[in-house]
Amino acid sequence: MAETENLNETSAQIKSSKGEEDIIQIVGMHKWYGEFHVLKDINLSVKAKERIVVCGPSGSGKSTMIRCINRLEEHQQGQIVVNGIELTNDLKRIEETRREVGMVFQHFNLFPHLTVLENCTLGPIWVRHTPKKEAEESAMEYLERVKIPEQALKFPGQLSGGQQQRVAIARSLCMNPKIMLFDEPTSALDPEMIKEVLDVMIELAETGMTMIVVTHEMGFAKTVADRVIFMDEGEIIEQNDPHEFFDNAQHERTQLFLSQILAH
Amino acid sequence: MTLSKTEKPLTVTEDGGYLPGTHPDLPPPASVHGPVHWIQYNLFGSVTNTALTLLTIYFLYTVIPQLVDWIYLDAAFEGESRKDCRAVANGACWAFIGNRLSLFIYGFYPEAERWRVDLTFVLLILALVPVLYDGTPQRGKALIYSCLYPLIAAFFLVGGFGLERVPTDQFGGLMLNIIIGVTGIAFSLPIGILLALGRQSHLPIVRILCVSFIEFIRGVPLITLFFVAAVMLSYFVPPGTNFDLLVRILIMGTLFASGYMAEVIRGGLQAIPKGQYEAADAMGLKYWQSMRKVILPQALKISIPGIVNTFIGLYKDTTLVIVIGRLDILGIGNSSLADSKWQGLSTEVYVFVAIFFFISCFSMSRYSLWLEKKLHTGH
Ligand SMILES: Nc1ncnc2c1ncn2[C@@H]1O[C@H](COP(=O)(O)OP(=O)(O)OP(=O)(O)O)[C@@H](O)[C@H]1O
Ligand SMILES: [Mg+2]
Repeated sequence: MAETENLNETSAQIKSSKGEEDIIQIVGMHKWYGEFHVLKDINLSVKAKERIVVCGPSGSGKSTMIRCINRLEEHQQGQIVVNGIELTNDLKRIEETRREVGMVFQHFNLFPHLTVLENCTLGPIWVRHTPKKEAEESAMEYLERVKIPEQALKFPGQLSGGQQQRVAIARSLCMNPKIMLFDEPTSALDPEMIKEVLDVMIELAETGMTMIVVTHEMGFAKTVADRVIFMDEGEIIEQNDPHEFFDNAQHERTQLFLSQILAH
Repeated sequence: MTLSKTEKPLTVTEDGGYLPGTHPDLPPPASVHGPVHWIQYNLFGSVTNTALTLLTIYFLYTVIPQLVDWIYLDAAFEGESRKDCRAVANGACWAFIGNRLSLFIYGFYPEAERWRVDLTFVLLILALVPVLYDGTPQRGKALIYSCLYPLIAAFFLVGGFGLERVPTDQFGGLMLNIIIGVTGIAFSLPIGILLALGRQSHLPIVRILCVSFIEFIRGVPLITLFFVAAVMLSYFVPPGTNFDLLVRILIMGTLFASGYMAEVIRGGLQAIPKGQYEAADAMGLKYWQSMRKVILPQALKISIPGIVNTFIGLYKDTTLVIVIGRLDILGIGNSSLADSKWQGLSTEVYVFVAIFFFISCFSMSRYSLWLEKKLHTGH
């Protein structure tokens, strides 16, 4: 009984806050892997153009949370509304959401059998039904923005890690998404390549893209983020603007995490 | 290379090296190339190596001259019986094969209609070009023809619509091997792909059906399936309908190869990292789009050796139709041996059949190697 009441309450909340420009709304979301309770009562709203950095210890559920936003993972309880569409098992809604949400992965996940350019045009041509020529032109523009237009005809296997990740970013941008999700985009990269990827992300942030970035690059969080979220053991422990977050962490676990991560 | 004499003292250290940061690009040393070096290194590099090389040379020296003698130098190419052959040469009696060549190729297909078989074969080659070679001009349109080809081939071979009908029990010889082989190869790949995808499906019913089918096929010898085709399938079709035996064989051969194909492709699918599925999903591709554009091209590429293996296996297994009374090239060969004029020439027959299969299978295997190389994108 109590549970159904809760649900009613949350859907009422969503309705009331519609109209405002919350582009992502997660309300009372839970997720389990079998018996394992990975995400516990996640509540998060993101405004359009907001830039959010998510951090927390390994295994705390950061990836799982952002993967719920484009339904790479299914949640079992609560609500997720993205760009006005509530995510359910309905394939139509999932596809519609994914069209507006780009994702960049830790291991790039470029398609090795396609050239850089083909990687970038695949989505626009097949999902957005853009004519091939137009898709290619716009792909070249994005490749220029991530500063590798000269690699367009190469295969991903011939590029360095940093270049591959920049292609992956361009590939997502080619879909013209409203929201970009980044899951540790720099943690598989050698130190000298991290900067080139972060630079691209900073430029992207300046264009006003809504971004949710899972990262441990605290410098990036300080310069770019509007809000930093700290997760531990499947819960959002604390969220604050970067200055408050780094200088004045409220929670003991946040302080411990920050001291560990800033130690080196 | 561009260092001039005056610059040298600046960059070269006392012991002849270069100062840090000034080392020019040099060509590789010449001694590690060339055929002499290759022979020294690969054939006589060690004692075992040398021994193996010498043994091989000795073996080839004893075998090859005899073989060439038998096959060519001391062989008879003309004659009307084995006696004629033996009168002129001691080696192979190819006159026998030459004499029966049309039987080997067309089986019992009526002589006056054999041009239809030739035409069908030429059309087959034309249909294969766009499938096998992606540089074919107008490939899209050409592929439509390739897809229609089975119907065209059936029309020319069987007849009807103005052409004289030829009952399929008159098909035989090499043409029968090619018909069964090509049909099996052409249809087992798509069916195998569907079965492999079905085996991974989220829908339990689809999955169970696919798994049962694959396991059944793999658990039963092809001969058994051919017997089933010959005897049992007629129970399942309504009485009175004439369900051609050749069609039943084609279906069984295709299903058999599909079962194996499905497992080969499943192996390829499993080798694709989860990230590829996720990236395709995250992009908003629908299931079939992501399969067609992202997953299958990679999975099939990995599976090429296994796929061609299955093709070759099926192709050679076409000789099994002999068990239900159809005479393929091997069957024709076997039955020709009974002719008293030509008795005792089994070696020639089997060598001829072997050469035919070797050429077909070896070409498939070379093509697959070429394709693998072409699809390699450096990862
Ligand atoms: N498919 C799965 N099945 C079962 N458990 C899983 C699965 N995926 C993740 N987990 C578990 O869920 C927890 C959260 O995983 P998640 O990948 O979201 O963590 P994370 O915060 O992204 O960690 P990291 O910093 O290491 O990437 C971990 O304990 C992980 O072991
Ligand atoms: Mg993670």
